[in-house]
Amino acid sequence: MFKEHIGKQSNKVKNIVERGAVKKFAESIGDLHPIFIDEETGKNSRYNRNIAPPTFPRVFDYGTIQGLNLPNKGLIHGEQTYHYERPLLVGEEITCYSVIKNYFEKKGTQGEMGFLVLESFGEDEMGKVVFTSTQTVIITEAVRKVLIG
Amino acid sequence: MSNLAELKVGEALKEIQLDPVDRITLIKYAGASGDYNPIHTIDEEAKKAGLPGIIAHGMWTMGNLAKLFTEFYEEGFIQDYTIRFKGMVFLNDVVTLQAELAEENENILTFKVRAVNQNGNEVIMGDVLYHRYAS
Repeated sequence: MFKEHIGKQSNKVKNIVERGAVKKFAESIGDLHPIFIDEETGKNSRYNRNIAPPTFPRVFDYGTIQGLNLPNKGLIHGEQTYHYERPLLVGEEITCYSVIKNYFEKKGTQGEMGFLVLESFGEDEMGKVVFTSTQTVIITEAVRKVLIG
Repeated sequence: MSNLAELKVGEALKEIQLDPVDRITLIKYAGASGDYNPIHTIDEEAKKAGLPGIIAHGMWTMGNLAKLFTEFYEEGFIQDYTIRFKGMVFLNDVVTLQAELAEENENILTFKVRAVNQNGNEVIMGDVLYHRYAS
């Protein structure tokens, strides 16, 4: 039921790596290191400014993929990857979007499970990709029945 | 502050044991990340989903695990971070974060990383490819 969506892309959305959001995020994962939050430390670092934690892109808006209606309940996050060309810099603008990379089904202990693989991208102001991420979402049979029904 | 240059294959970074998971921590992560799925914060919603109680966001655990590397940002950065979510983290669980250097290939250090609960079960596991700067 998701196969027909493979290859579909979301609209691109501009996001700012906002200082306050980085601090709040770092605090929520217990990682209030000065490289993330202290301006002086950032200035004196090799990056000349503060950077964001590697899982910070969870915060970004990746736009909407037309026709993809995922329920916000009953999904299982199976796998997650990030690939970086360099760390994200506090204050920079990152343009984000997602693509449905794959969908397949497998028999599991809870019946037929669907695996949806979303690939996301973050580009800097020059249009260069700074990070890519993939997220594998497992859709259980119970949820798939609801979606079809 | 230590540095990674002295670390040998087979050796581990200093592990970190987190405080027992409490609800306010997960509420903060929900707010900071924008992931408001109620199975992470509201008991009734977790029960409706067939869970014994609320569970931590997998991404919360993944975010925590990366902090083993935070102090090394002057030497390099996390180039690739791959995680499989293997088990659930419940309230009051005590999670320990671990990373072991598995391979060293020029400027790439490959770590096996994992978070285990108080029973020694892996809740997340994967790899970190740490890119060391040339100079």
